[in-house]
Parts: sequence; structure tokens; C-alpha cells
Amino acid sequence: MEYFAQQLINGLTLGSIYGLIAIGYTMVYGIIGMINFAHGEVFMIGAFVALIAFLAVTATGIAFVPLLLLIMLATSMLFTAAYGWTVERLAYRPLRGSFRLAPLISAIGMSIFLQNYVQLLQGARVKTLQPIISGGVVLMEKDGFTVVLSYMQMLIVGLTLALMVAFWFMIERSSFGRSQRACEQDRKMAGLLGVDVDRTISLTFVTGAGLAAIAGMMFLLYYGVIDFFIGFLAGLKAFTAAVLGGIGSLPGAMLGGLLIGLIEAFWAGYFTTEYKDVAAFSILVLVLIFRPTGLLGRPEVEKV
Amino acid sequence: MSGQATLKEAGLTALLSMVLALPLIGLETVEEQGGLTLDTRLLWVLLIGAAVFAGRLGLIAWRSRKTVGTSTAAARRASALGETMHGIMPWIAGAAILFAVIMPFLPFANRTVVDLATLVLIYVMLGWGLNIVVGLAGLLDLGYVAFYAIGAYSFAMLAMHADFTFWMALPFAGLFACAFGVILGFPVLRLRGDYLAIVTLGFGEMIRIILLNWYHVTGGPDGISGIPRPGLFGLEFTRNGDPAFHEFFGLEYSSMYRLMFLYYLILILALITNWVTLRLRRLPIGRAWEALREDEIASRALGLNPTAVKLSAFAIGAMFGGFAGAFFATRQGFISPESFTFIESAIILAIVVLGGMGSQVGVVIAAVIMIGLPEWFRELQEYRMLLFGAGMVVIMVLRPRGLLSKRNPTIRLHAKKAGAMR
Repeated sequence: MEYFAQQLINGLTLGSIYGLIAIGYTMVYGIIGMINFAHGEVFMIGAFVALIAFLAVTATGIAFVPLLLLIMLATSMLFTAAYGWTVERLAYRPLRGSFRLAPLISAIGMSIFLQNYVQLLQGARVKTLQPIISGGVVLMEKDGFTVVLSYMQMLIVGLTLALMVAFWFMIERSSFGRSQRACEQDRKMAGLLGVDVDRTISLTFVTGAGLAAIAGMMFLLYYGVIDFFIGFLAGLKAFTAAVLGGIGSLPGAMLGGLLIGLIEAFWAGYFTTEYKDVAAFSILVLVLIFRPTGLLGRPEVEKV
Repeated sequence: MSGQATLKEAGLTALLSMVLALPLIGLETVEEQGGLTLDTRLLWVLLIGAAVFAGRLGLIAWRSRKTVGTSTAAARRASALGETMHGIMPWIAGAAILFAVIMPFLPFANRTVVDLATLVLIYVMLGWGLNIVVGLAGLLDLGYVAFYAIGAYSFAMLAMHADFTFWMALPFAGLFACAFGVILGFPVLRLRGDYLAIVTLGFGEMIRIILLNWYHVTGGPDGISGIPRPGLFGLEFTRNGDPAFHEFFGLEYSSMYRLMFLYYLILILALITNWVTLRLRRLPIGRAWEALREDEIASRALGLNPTAVKLSAFAIGAMFGGFAGAFFATRQGFISPESFTFIESAIILAIVVLGGMGSQVGVVIAAVIMIGLPEWFRELQEYRMLLFGAGMVVIMVLRPRGLLSKRNPTIRLHAKKAGAMR
């Protein structure tokens, strides 16, 4: 029971990170129908910018933790969003209206490029960061086994929840959200009715990248270890999460993220750590075979 | 565009590039005693800003000059060039094959050249195999390296545990890879193109993780070493072979013979792949692949079973991947999961895409460019993957149909009749 509770907490934390990345996949898929394969790399860049911001800020002597975190968050979101915008502008926008697989191949190229770009510039070795926030609350204690909810985990889950609420308001209430949903339904019609389609798509990439940057920062703080390759697996799992929840659906992405996080945590906790990635991929395959629309997705109608 | 607007545009682009460069290029994380610290390279950021400013100005100027000239004439010239290229293509292909056959006897062919040519040919063969899946059937397979791995490991294990020779194991390697293609393909081939891509990627990773962790069978990260070398009708390419190749033909012993033998072996395997592909394209199954690639709904309406058609392409492509894998294992003598990462899949895919999907000659050119050149310019090794990625994006943006984009329609209807109908 205690072990179960601990794995539940770990899984929810991990799931929050996946969920935030998954939103970027699902939004982009919803609006232009492509898998943004480079999104995992955008997440990785977010983690690196957060680390660099941390080093730069501590070099100036600021040691007040909330301020430090706030600066890291803002810097990481700003620069990563710029990367997200540029990736769309350079690699995807010229390909609108090209053949079906062209954007995906371009995205794979972009992903390889960004990975090697960061590797060349920041080095191939893993970067470690001492924990900034330590300690936690002991929830249960029995037979020498304690269930700990660390402050870091609280921060991650809490921040994710807050972001979800803010994000939901943005999509449902703001004018960007309205244009975004309009483009998702019918891009051509939305364009005819005066929605700036290119700008909406760009903004979608920018918001997606911003959320990925937050996820990257959380990853950095939670694990304390990053390298240029983290985007590949995290991106793949987040994509699995987006598909599991139903691609195109925002609550679905979050739900899928949490489920993938839980599955991974429980698999690693009760079976073997080596095969936890295989478990995540098997889920992806099973979902696509038995329920291609995902848990909360709408069926896709093919028109001639 | 007016001068002021041009300057503004270029300035904004330069500003953006400097923003992008600031954290990752301008600052570098370095490990020192007592943790990470930052180094600055701010000059680079300024240089990049200046370079992008100049580049953007140049691009705008070049574009405006191009629109003044007649773009249609240029397009017509390009398509005429495509036609002539197409006409002489069989000659180019013939000359290339002839060159490949006599290459090891040419004066410049030393050990390095023959070895490099063998490596290029492995990728040509893999490219041709993947071309069946991606180029002909239009299925994006991001896990092709899984079949390559299965071929390599099945040969290695048959040789180690059952004393199979290369020639006995070769059909099995292809068969196993083909069987895996069917098993993996059957459930997922109903999916849409981009879902399929991700699922195949997942499969590729799964195979690699299993190879890495199934220690007592695959040797885990240590891999399998001491894989036997192939022989020619029982003749061995060793100094004390029994019977040895050089003794049988009364030649001086030289390890060059083995390299040349391996080279011809992969050349023959690759040409078989090519020949089979070209023949299959003329069969109903090949036509079905291309029909499905162009329009799935229409071909379904005409009575094609999409799953069966896709599955056959997937399985045949996998089989050639398996053959190439067995050859790879016997050439290296050592295999480990390290050789079968996602990047391998991406390289093979890049070769197919760069060559122009569906073009057999294009694959050869692309393989020479992507594998041969970086091996030649060792100093560029570090930047190789960076350029790979950038190249894939640039090719997609500028020439989405690849370097050799002219594709021969496999079947031609009578042009006059079609015109009259309209």
C-alpha cells in the first residue's frame, strides 16, 4: 500500500511533465494535421535554457529561490518560444500544401539538426544540477517505509494544474483561442472570415513551445540531469500520451500524459526498469490498434 | 520591396537570430571543479547576427531579381532538363554498374577505397529496400533499422549456435526479417501515414531495447563477436584456410582478396534488390503499391485490399533489410545494439528522400553523397549529423520530390484517347 502510494505520487509527477509536452503535439496536430517531430527537441532546449539561466542568475549572486525560479521560467519560456516560432517558419510553413509526408520528414530533419546543434554547442556530456528545492512532507509511515511527497513534486503538480486552468481559459475565452479553434475546424473557411491563419499557426507553435519549456525546466529540477538526447524519449512518450488521450483533444493530452506517467512508474516499480520504455510503446501500439481515436478523441472522417 | 522595408525585414531576422543564438551559442556550460559554470562566446552572437543580416538582404535581392526574369521559362528549362536526364538514365545506370564492376581493379582502388565502397553499397542496398516501402508504397517507415538488426542477429546466432555458414544463414536472415515485418506490420498497417511512422519508430526502439537487455541470448551491450566470414564455394579467405582461396587459384596471399570478395558480394546483393524492385513494379502488386500511394480511397474503391498490399511491400522491404543485416554482420564480424539506433533509420530514410522517393538511381547518388563524402572528409565528421538534419529540411523545402524528382509513370494510357475523352 505504501509502495503503491509512493509510485502513484511519482507517476503523477512524471505524468504532469509528459502532459505539458503532449499539449504541444496535440495542438499542432489539431491545427495543421502534422506530427511536430521536433517538439521533443524544443523541450530539450527549454531544459538547457533553464539550466543556463540558472547558472547566469546565480553568477550575479541572487539566491532567493522563488525569484530564481521565476527568472528561470521566464527566460526559458521566452527563448524556447522563439525557437518554436523559428522552427515553424523555416521548416514547416514553406511546406504547407506540399505532399502528405513532406512536413513530417522535414520535422525529422529539424529534430536531428537541433539535437546535434545543442550537442556541438553545449557538449555531449550530461549536465548535472544540485537540487534547488529539497525536502518534503511525510504522508505515511509504516514498518520503516515512508511515503514522501517532496516539495518539488508539489510544485510540479501544482504548477501544471495552474497552467491547465490558465490554458483552458485562453483557449475558451481569448480571441487567440477562438481563432485557434476556428482554424482547427476549417482552416480555409477561417481564413475567408478574416482570421489570420498564418499568425494563428505561429502562435500555436509559440504556446506549445512555451509549455514544453516549462516541462523542460521541471525535468531539469526534478531529475537534476539533462543531456542533448532527453528530447527523443520524452518526445516519443509525450506523443504516445497525446495519441492515448485522443490527438487534437487538450484534456485528452493531459489525461494521456498522466496515464503514461503512471504506467511507467508502476511498471518500473513492480516489474523491470529496463523494459519500461517498451511498456510505453506497447501502449501506443495497442491504443492505435483498438481505439485509434484515443480516449477522448473524435473519430476522423476521411473525405474524398 | 522598398529599400526601407527590406532593411527592416533583414534587421528583424538578424535580431531574431541573435535572440536564438544568445543562450545556446553565446553561453556555454562548462564543467569545472565544484560544478557547472558558464563561459561566454558573445562575439559569435554578433557574428551570427551580421551574417544573417547580410544573408537575408542577399536572399531578398536574389528573389526580386528572379521575379523580374520569366520564372516560367526557367521552369520549362528545368522540366526539359528532367526529360533529357530521364532519357539518358538507363545509360547512366549502365555506366555506373560497369564502373562498380571494374572499380576494384582500377589503379586508385586501395584497401580504403574498396572498404568505403562496400559501406556505401550497404547503404545503397538498404536505401533500395526501404525505397520499396517508402518510395513505391508510400508508407513512412521510421524503424527500418529493426529489420536490419534482425537480419544481423539471426545470422550471428545461427552461426554461433547452429554452425551455419553465411550462405546457409542468408535465406533465413531474410526470412526472419520478413516474418517480423509481417508480424509487426499486420496490426499497424491500417493506420494513417504519420501514425504508422511513429509506430514503426516505436518498434525500432523496442527491438533495440530488447537486444540490449536480453543478455543471455543477445549478449546485451557487449554484442556478439567472432561471427564467421563468408567463403566462396567453400574456399576460405584466410592465410591457412582449408581449402584457401589463394592456394586454389595459385595466387600470393593478400587480405585484399577478402575485401574485394565482400565488395562483390554486396554489389550482387544490391543489384538483386534493384532488379527485383524493378520487376515488381511491372507486376500487378507493384502497380497496386503505387496506386495506393497516390490515392488510398480510390484504390480501395477499385477493389484493392489496402492491408494486404501494404503488408506485401512492408514484408519485401523488411526481407532486403534482413539480407543487408546478415551481410553487415559477416563483414564486421561483430555486432552490438549500438549499430542499430534510430539515427541509422533516419540516415537510410534521408538517403531515400534525398534521392527522390521512388528513384533507384537517386538512391545511389544520395548514398554516395551522404555516406561516401563524410567518410572522405574526416574533419567534417563532427558536423555530419548536423548537416544531415539541415539537409533533410532544405531538400524538403526546396525540392520536396528529391534530387531526381522525375518519376516514370509505370503505366501510360494512350495520350490521344485521354485527350479526346475530355
